[in-house]
Amino acid sequence: MYKYDEYDHAMVAARVAEFSDQVKRRLAGEITEDQFKPLRLMNGLYLQLHAYMLRVAVPYGTLDSRQMRMLAHIARKYDRDYGHFTTRQNIQYNWIKLEDAPAILEDLASVEMHAIQTSGNCIRNISSDQWAGAAADEITDPRPWAELLRQWSSFHPEFSYLPRKFKIAVIAADEDRAAMRLHDIGIQIVEKDGQHGAAFYVGGGMGRTPMIAPLIKDFVPLEDMLSYAEACLRVYNRYGRRDNIYKARIKILIHELGADEYRRQVEEEFGHVKSLGIDPPKAEFDRIAAQFAPPPLDASALDTIDRSDPDFAVWVDQNVAAHKVPGHAIVNISLKPVGGIPGDASSAQIDLMADLAERYSHDELRVTHAQNIVLPHVRKADLYAIWQALDGAGLATPNLDLISDIIACPGLDYCSLANARSIPVAQKIATRFSDLGRQKELGELKLKISGCINACGHHHAGHVGILGVDRKGTENYQLLLGGSGAEDVSLGTITGPGFDEDGIVDAIERVTDKYLAERTDGERFVDTYRRVGMAPFKEAIYG
Amino acid sequence: MKLLTGNDLKTGFVTWWTGTDWSLHIEDAADVGEAGEAILAVEEAARRVNAPYIIAGEATAEGPRPAHIKDRIRALGPTVRPDLTLKPADPAAGDWVI
Repeated sequence: MYKYDEYDHAMVAARVAEFSDQVKRRLAGEITEDQFKPLRLMNGLYLQLHAYMLRVAVPYGTLDSRQMRMLAHIARKYDRDYGHFTTRQNIQYNWIKLEDAPAILEDLASVEMHAIQTSGNCIRNISSDQWAGAAADEITDPRPWAELLRQWSSFHPEFSYLPRKFKIAVIAADEDRAAMRLHDIGIQIVEKDGQHGAAFYVGGGMGRTPMIAPLIKDFVPLEDMLSYAEACLRVYNRYGRRDNIYKARIKILIHELGADEYRRQVEEEFGHVKSLGIDPPKAEFDRIAAQFAPPPLDASALDTIDRSDPDFAVWVDQNVAAHKVPGHAIVNISLKPVGGIPGDASSAQIDLMADLAERYSHDELRVTHAQNIVLPHVRKADLYAIWQALDGAGLATPNLDLISDIIACPGLDYCSLANARSIPVAQKIATRFSDLGRQKELGELKLKISGCINACGHHHAGHVGILGVDRKGTENYQLLLGGSGAEDVSLGTITGPGFDEDGIVDAIERVTDKYLAERTDGERFVDTYRRVGMAPFKEAIYG
Repeated sequence: MKLLTGNDLKTGFVTWWTGTDWSLHIEDAADVGEAGEAILAVEEAARRVNAPYIIAGEATAEGPRPAHIKDRIRALGPTVRPDLTLKPADPAAGDWVI
């Protein structure tokens, strides 16, 4: 885990003091909302449907038990006893009072957390693989590089007022668990001739105009990574459109320039940037990397699991993943109980997960972009005790990557941008498919729901995606099939006319029935869709 | 029917113009008729409420209600958390905006 140095502490403390003064002046009526709005947004404070909403950054989704407990404390003391984990590995609080915001930011700073750059047209929270440092298939831990990017991008003077927001993901495995190619910049640490380097994918994103990032450079030596990122941003900052918010993301620039021309300009800029000495000396990177050293795991630990409790065995099969060290495992805690609100956790549940991390997972937790929580370093011998504790708190739903493990944005129940509610649709689908045997029969099926075109619920990347729209004042739901945010990245296609809330649930059932009828051995839903195409599904849905 | 609404400056909570002041309860909302713009200008200057705006409303048996679903949800709370609405004892809270 990265620990703040004196510079980190000073930067965050200075920002808390600055924002506290801005809040004070706003409450005194000395500045208008128009003047205050850009200031509060720079500190993650939105005004949503019911109250102020605070988005707290969880860099690359990693946090320790002390930080997790602080998130519970904030939920309990300042909010309504729960928080919402988001698709950018952050947490949001929906009922924050402006007058409490300075105290909350002080509390966060006390555990090396903040809400800086969780909004605004700047580089947002760097996301990463939730299994980083534990995954059996990674070539290295990507988080030191994500941390380096975090430090480079924090208060970057040139990139604080970009044409639009900017999202970066870093992974180091071929299996993409971070939707890397649907980011403005997706970096994959790769190996070539025994050396590690960074493959740069630039210009991906979802939202109104979804695009998959093209490969801009297949191997950037890691000692040049920051300079190359700087060059990518500089070209965007120079030519990205500021006249039209809908065409302001880097994906539009690259689409209009063409990947080859964008690459040419980046290379030219890189030639200049490299002379500026942006990349840190090796000793500084080594200082950062040392803080992500693997925990002391005993490779001789018992490598078997007592599966005599059938409910436990079901959970192990679905929610526990292989760890790189024998005798250990990665625990995925589903925040998707049937009928629950995807990504929500009460303060008591957050505290419990913190306790489990401290006791069983070398004090580490991860937030996933699928709105779940991970205990990354668990001894197999401790799995049963962990499962029992989770089960007692309603956190042992064995549905990872199944149809009820739904990503859903807050939607119209909370969000001022939304056109339709997402959560009730997620609840109805999860309830319709609540039978676990049926879910397992369907296998991996990633269902993602957004309540508006901004796509916070990643509907473009769902094997089954749902987009809520406003049709003459009534909620309507469009259905998409065939998307993926993984290494087999693809964008979903709209099936046809939309449905009302109950109709969309029925339509999904017709889709899954058709899949079961069409699939061949071993095919996931998305595989069958890709093989047979849209036509049979469309016929099943609309007749 | 026209209603004037905004968010309270200090808390951010949804608030409704009652004819003389602001209330958290939609039941207290007054029909501002054609006077909305003038009230809005005065209240914006007073800086007690964030970004007030005028919406279409309708009179119902339960009192005034916003015409559009978004403002009905603002008025009555998230449909998925009836325990967090202003009327938690109402068994039909989850159906308020349907």
